[in-house]
Amino acid sequence: MSFLSISNLSVRIAGTTTRLLRDVALSVSPGEVHGLVGESGAGKSMIGKAVLGILPRSVEIISGQIELDGTDLLTLPPAEHRRRIGQSCALIPQDPMTALNPSRRIGPQITDRLVDILGWNRAKARERAVELLHEVHIPDPDRILRSYPHELSGGMRQRILIASAFAAEPKLIIADEPTTALDVTVQKQILKLIKEMQERHNTALLFVTHDLGVVSKICQSLSVLYGGLVVEATDVHGFFRAPSHAYSRALLAATPKYTDPEASLTPVPDAVITEVNAQVDAVDREWRGG
Amino acid sequence: MADLYEVENLHLSLPDMTRKPLFGAAPRIEILKGLSFNIPEGEILGIVGGSGSGKSTLGRALVRLLEPTSGAVRFDGDDVTHLSEQALRPMRRRFQMIFQDPMSSMNPRHRVGRIISAPLRLHGVENAREAAREALDHVGLPRSFETRYPHELSGGQRQRVGIARAIALRPDFILADEIVSGLDVSSQAQVLALLERLVRELGLTLAFISHDLSVIRRLCTRIVVLHHGEIVENEPTAELFDNPRAGYTRELLDAIPLPDPDEPWF
Repeated sequence: MSFLSISNLSVRIAGTTTRLLRDVALSVSPGEVHGLVGESGAGKSMIGKAVLGILPRSVEIISGQIELDGTDLLTLPPAEHRRRIGQSCALIPQDPMTALNPSRRIGPQITDRLVDILGWNRAKARERAVELLHEVHIPDPDRILRSYPHELSGGMRQRILIASAFAAEPKLIIADEPTTALDVTVQKQILKLIKEMQERHNTALLFVTHDLGVVSKICQSLSVLYGGLVVEATDVHGFFRAPSHAYSRALLAATPKYTDPEASLTPVPDAVITEVNAQVDAVDREWRGG
Repeated sequence: MADLYEVENLHLSLPDMTRKPLFGAAPRIEILKGLSFNIPEGEILGIVGGSGSGKSTLGRALVRLLEPTSGAVRFDGDDVTHLSEQALRPMRRRFQMIFQDPMSSMNPRHRVGRIISAPLRLHGVENAREAAREALDHVGLPRSFETRYPHELSGGQRQRVGIARAIALRPDFILADEIVSGLDVSSQAQVLALLERLVRELGLTLAFISHDLSVIRRLCTRIVVLHHGEIVENEPTAELFDNPRAGYTRELLDAIPLPDPDEPWF
């Protein structure tokens, strides 16, 4: 049984007929990591934002269901919606510097949600924070909890955000390009940590990235997006053995592969772009007609 | 082939502002610890290392945005190690730079045409406007882009403008510092293919700084691996990938996730 199940989700720029997400459907089960792959502007972050209810005001959801544990979030009153999200979901953001408040110490930034959402007292929340920092392999947690974000390295800050995401034992975590700002060796450590935490807590994880290399290492299934349309959704092994959509094949050919330089870093051919654009247009025509 | 750059025992230290006492000078922190290597004409040199390895500092020392503490940097036979800004000025058009973040390296209030022609005007090139248009042709952007502002462009397009600005002066050498790390895979592939073509067409020598060895494999002829401000490996590309000698190179390679779910990685 999926924990998150999205069906038929369409989002448009408010007051226009321009859709940014086109009848998106996907689901993630507890313990599963689902990759959302696409180029910038494909709408992958938008799906995460729609789930968390943090879409910008300039866009609106026009159809679809976002079911969390069987309840359609979009039918709930806003306060109840927020409460559900707060209790069962968390976000690991892309940029660890802007996600942390530079003028507050690390400690309260982790414990706030435990106090506000779960109603814990400060002392218990702090104990949990120390435990979490141990779990994400941060030495000397007491010192770190008293530090400010600027005193820590990028990798360290990302560890803290991971600890903070897992703090309230969410059932679903959305990771939005969590390693793009890091260099390769740190990226590997962070991915390993996310995977380890996700498996230990049996969390459903929606992993947004443009890097198919990363997808192949940590996801079980994936959806490939183009122009807000899911062009291919499949399991990871099937995908890397034989991607079925031309656009997926082109993305895979554009991915750097040092073991096979000739077959990598090939720009997406214009013919493929034309083809997939035509597919998007056809979907839109049908939508307008219906 | 003749060496365009000769770098000899290059040291560079910078003041460590995080440990500066209230009064008096900040202690100096050594970033580059005695580097020696050459860049032959026409070569595409990859400079690789993790964050804090000194790769950007090295790049900046090459194009003399930073002054080395000791050692020597010779460009086309001329010692540029400690040249004054005034003495450097006429040489600057021969070595140009493309920056990591095109958004912060372009004036958001200027149009693309002005951004590309600014260095041309600075160096007194006649008909700067036409030269800027030709640069746009070279990077595969329509000439109509000269009236656009940077924020109107996509990441890949902005990076093309950065490349156009660098080649407009017809330099001998270009330093590209992490220019594709902010782009997604398909723009990455396009920008790299463009760079590959320009190097061939314009007879450029290129230094390409990156933290990602997999991006460098196709482009570069030789690779220098930096770790804590020292060169741990300096090999032709194929040799480095087939037989990485330094433990740190091995570590960088192992950190790259190949798009293959069956390859054990963690």
